[in-house]
Amino acid sequence: MNPERPKRKLRVATTSLAGCFGCHMSFLDIDERLIELLEHIEFDASPLTDIKTPGQCDLGLIEGGLCNAENVHVLLNMRQKCRILVAMGACAINGGLPAQRNHLDIRDCLQTVYLTGVGLNRGFIPNDPELPLPLDQVHPLHDVVKIDYFLPGCPPPADAIWQFLTDLIAGRTPQLGHGLIHYD
Amino acid sequence: MTFTLDGHDIPFEPGQTVVQAALAAGHYIPHLCYHPEFQPHGSCKVCTCTVNGRTATSCTTPASEGLEVASETPEIQEIRRDLVQFLFTEGNHFCPSCEQSGDCMLQAVGYELGVVTGHYNPLFPNRPVDASHPDVLLDTNRCILCELCVRASAQIDGKSIFALSGRGITKHLIVNAESGRLGDTQLATTDKALDVCPVGAILRKRTGFRVPIGRRTYDARPISQVTVEPAK
Amino acid sequence: MLHRGLSEILARHRYEPGRLVQILRDVMQAEGYLSPPTITAVAEALRVPRSQVEGVAGFYAFFATEFRGRYRVLFSDNITDEMQGSGELRRRMLDAFHLELGEVSRDGQVSVGLTACTGLCDQGPAMLVNGRPIARLTPARIGAISALIRGGSPVEQWPDNLFTIDTHVERRDRLLDTVVEPGAALDAAITRGATGTLAELRASELRGRGGAGFSAGQKWTACAAAPGPERYIVCNADEGEPGTFKDRVLLTTHIGQLLEGMTVAAHAVGAQRGFIYLRGEYPFLEPIVEAALAARRGAGLLGRDVRGVRGFDFDIEVHHGAGAYVCGEESALIESLEGKRGIPRNRPPYPVTHGYLGKPTVVNNVETLIAAAQIALHGGAWFRTLGTPKSAGTKILSVSGDVARPGIYEYPFGVTVKQVLADAGAERAQAVQVGGPSGVLLAAHEFGRRIAFEDVPSAGAFMVFDETRDIVRVVDNFARFFAHESCGFCTPCRVGTTLVKHMMGRLTAGEGSRRDLKDLTRVTRLMKSSSQCGLGHTAGNPVVDALEKFKPAFVDRLPSLDVRPVFDLDAALGPAREATGRDDPGAHFGHGEET
Repeated sequence: MNPERPKRKLRVATTSLAGCFGCHMSFLDIDERLIELLEHIEFDASPLTDIKTPGQCDLGLIEGGLCNAENVHVLLNMRQKCRILVAMGACAINGGLPAQRNHLDIRDCLQTVYLTGVGLNRGFIPNDPELPLPLDQVHPLHDVVKIDYFLPGCPPPADAIWQFLTDLIAGRTPQLGHGLIHYD
Repeated sequence: MTFTLDGHDIPFEPGQTVVQAALAAGHYIPHLCYHPEFQPHGSCKVCTCTVNGRTATSCTTPASEGLEVASETPEIQEIRRDLVQFLFTEGNHFCPSCEQSGDCMLQAVGYELGVVTGHYNPLFPNRPVDASHPDVLLDTNRCILCELCVRASAQIDGKSIFALSGRGITKHLIVNAESGRLGDTQLATTDKALDVCPVGAILRKRTGFRVPIGRRTYDARPISQVTVEPAK
Repeated sequence: MLHRGLSEILARHRYEPGRLVQILRDVMQAEGYLSPPTITAVAEALRVPRSQVEGVAGFYAFFATEFRGRYRVLFSDNITDEMQGSGELRRRMLDAFHLELGEVSRDGQVSVGLTACTGLCDQGPAMLVNGRPIARLTPARIGAISALIRGGSPVEQWPDNLFTIDTHVERRDRLLDTVVEPGAALDAAITRGATGTLAELRASELRGRGGAGFSAGQKWTACAAAPGPERYIVCNADEGEPGTFKDRVLLTTHIGQLLEGMTVAAHAVGAQRGFIYLRGEYPFLEPIVEAALAARRGAGLLGRDVRGVRGFDFDIEVHHGAGAYVCGEESALIESLEGKRGIPRNRPPYPVTHGYLGKPTVVNNVETLIAAAQIALHGGAWFRTLGTPKSAGTKILSVSGDVARPGIYEYPFGVTVKQVLADAGAERAQAVQVGGPSGVLLAAHEFGRRIAFEDVPSAGAFMVFDETRDIVRVVDNFARFFAHESCGFCTPCRVGTTLVKHMMGRLTAGEGSRRDLKDLTRVTRLMKSSSQCGLGHTAGNPVVDALEKFKPAFVDRLPSLDVRPVFDLDAALGPAREATGRDDPGAHFGHGEET
């Protein structure tokens, strides 16, 4: 890593929107390299720290796409707080598996899930204001904010995450070669 | 007789196009709608090169003496990346749930070109899945409109099971049945049309996971190697 | 299962699969749409795969594969129609029938939709009702038309005055003024001999008037030299470029000279058959063309042994387009003539050697063929006396938009834009779209430029926008046009035109972002460098020109300089609000807080 750069650690926030936490799991799969990584970064808000709301950060890693109002609010806040925002994983990049509902009417989805589905008896569509309201379609992150980098994969391999972060920390444009770029 | 490709001398025989001669000489040029067994038609445009200073599809450009072809220039690779991104933007390509993943040429060309995002705002078209045929699944969400199945069915199977209708962004694959269902066509499991889909739009049923994810064609080696040295 | 109407149509077209587009057009006229059983019946009768017929049925805009109502109203959606108040008239008509755009009324009586420029820009707003054009729309006319539809009277029985199309010739020059007595040019060509005629045409330096400007003499010479006994002459009368209507006028006033020009071409290259590919929007010209053809057959100017020359057999038939701008591209036009989807072919080989049915074919524009007839009569040197060094002769312009006197203007090549504007009575013009959307958008500082191949080439459209017009809206209209007309064969044009449409839509609505401006540049560059044909190569032109010459108009409507959501966040929650019955603050996005 570049010795000329100031020693200050990069502040990193991570979050999962409409994702499965698989990308975070893959992140943890960098295993003992996490220790080396922590010499260069410190975590802000993240499922790993249990800090809920991010402060000013250098880097935001976002897993998952946008399927409801809360996802959008979290993303907009992340965009405000993070200098660099990374769409991590298939869902963040193109909506992923949740976006496979996009050809369906969300009203029909809610009806089927809560009212007419097999095994349901006198159900109702939840309407508590506490619950985030679903969007009519699932969107990738770049449909709503500027995204600086894309890290594909379902999940991105741990080695790809490592490569990506070490490149970024060293001030290089991240380059993933064959084997590290995966869409599945 | 030779032409040059990125400075390399490429020998060719009369009648060969630039892609055919290049591949025969062991030089990969990215392509999707080109297939060695069919007359090239040049619709995907991914094989675009600079030919004597002008951009042209190398699959339809006849090889000729002294031609100067540039393929791996930054400008041409940028064009190809954009075209692959267009294809991802246009369809519904959810690789994690596609049983063709790892054997898919669209994916592999994306890897080859370093494509990490569709870049544009996805169109999320509403396209049908047709499971009516007992042995074949047709999922047009993944179709890239290369017309290889159209050509194979018409030219080799003699059936015209597949065709294109609509135009522009609404252009879509259709099948040869009034019901619009694949199960009502004369498609047979021995048809060539089943074996030419470069993506996961036409799939044989009950065979999808014989090779596990991670050990498939383009997981092991990049498409640039697989294409010019398939046997390795 | 063939019912009698269908059998008659098929018999009229001799059950030829090559006439599929013509057959489907007649079925549309008779039945209003192409139902799945009808498509099956046509395929079986022609002994072609059903998928092929469905493919063609789905390609052309004037073919409907779903029931669209007994009356199918399509408002012309060119920017000039918009400027003439088409939007308000459309609203009026939709309201009259309680319809949304594109929707069919519940009783199946009527649908109201949009169609590309109908070539009536000098007398818009215009519409098509069951394929028949009606010009000069006013609230009163809309009322009358709505009443006729309500009353259910067949379109054939509507008052004739609804369908009159005016001919506005505002400035005449040599092409419009030259008289060619029937057979005179042909006699001159016969006397001179084929080789002599080709030499004369080359000497004239006549260049194609359809836009590309290829030498007509070279084209004819190459076709004559191509091997094989069969040859074809095709007149491209498919003027689909928005803002262009000069061929409509020429076919009305100079049909005799056009047919003469085609016959001269047939003599020069050795062709036996000719086609006029007539725009689907111009059915009212069919009787004029057919009458002229009949007269010439009667006079021995068409048919066997034309003009008494033994073995000189030549006749011409009319093919109708069916709503596909791309068929103005010569190889796509030939595909359409062969009854297929109008997809541009790979070139080489070119039509002069491998055209209609793979045989040598000359494809020329209406204006080019009329000029060729005059050259055959008066010689190449005579033709060269007008114009500029690289653009011999005159050019006919279709002038429309913000001018006092819209119509046809003929000038020698080299006329300045300023001159045309003055003659047409354009005051305070801020921009002119020369050559239509695929041409060049000129700003006021460029009005000194000349219409000529060496400066601003033009297929004839000349749309004027005064200072009150919003250039971003103009470009948005053109973007919608190209997305609608892309044939979809190649990736860059198919996807690119739609992405441009979406980005222009956002920018026009004030919902765009800097990223859209950057991506517009990126997408239009890709379309230009890698598309299959001229449509894709030029589809980005208005965007590129406007971004260069009217950038502030774009930047002014950016609500912020950052990336913005590409969809309406609050509206995206609408369906779920409806399903849950919620209306609390959490069920909405506030205005402005997000960005």
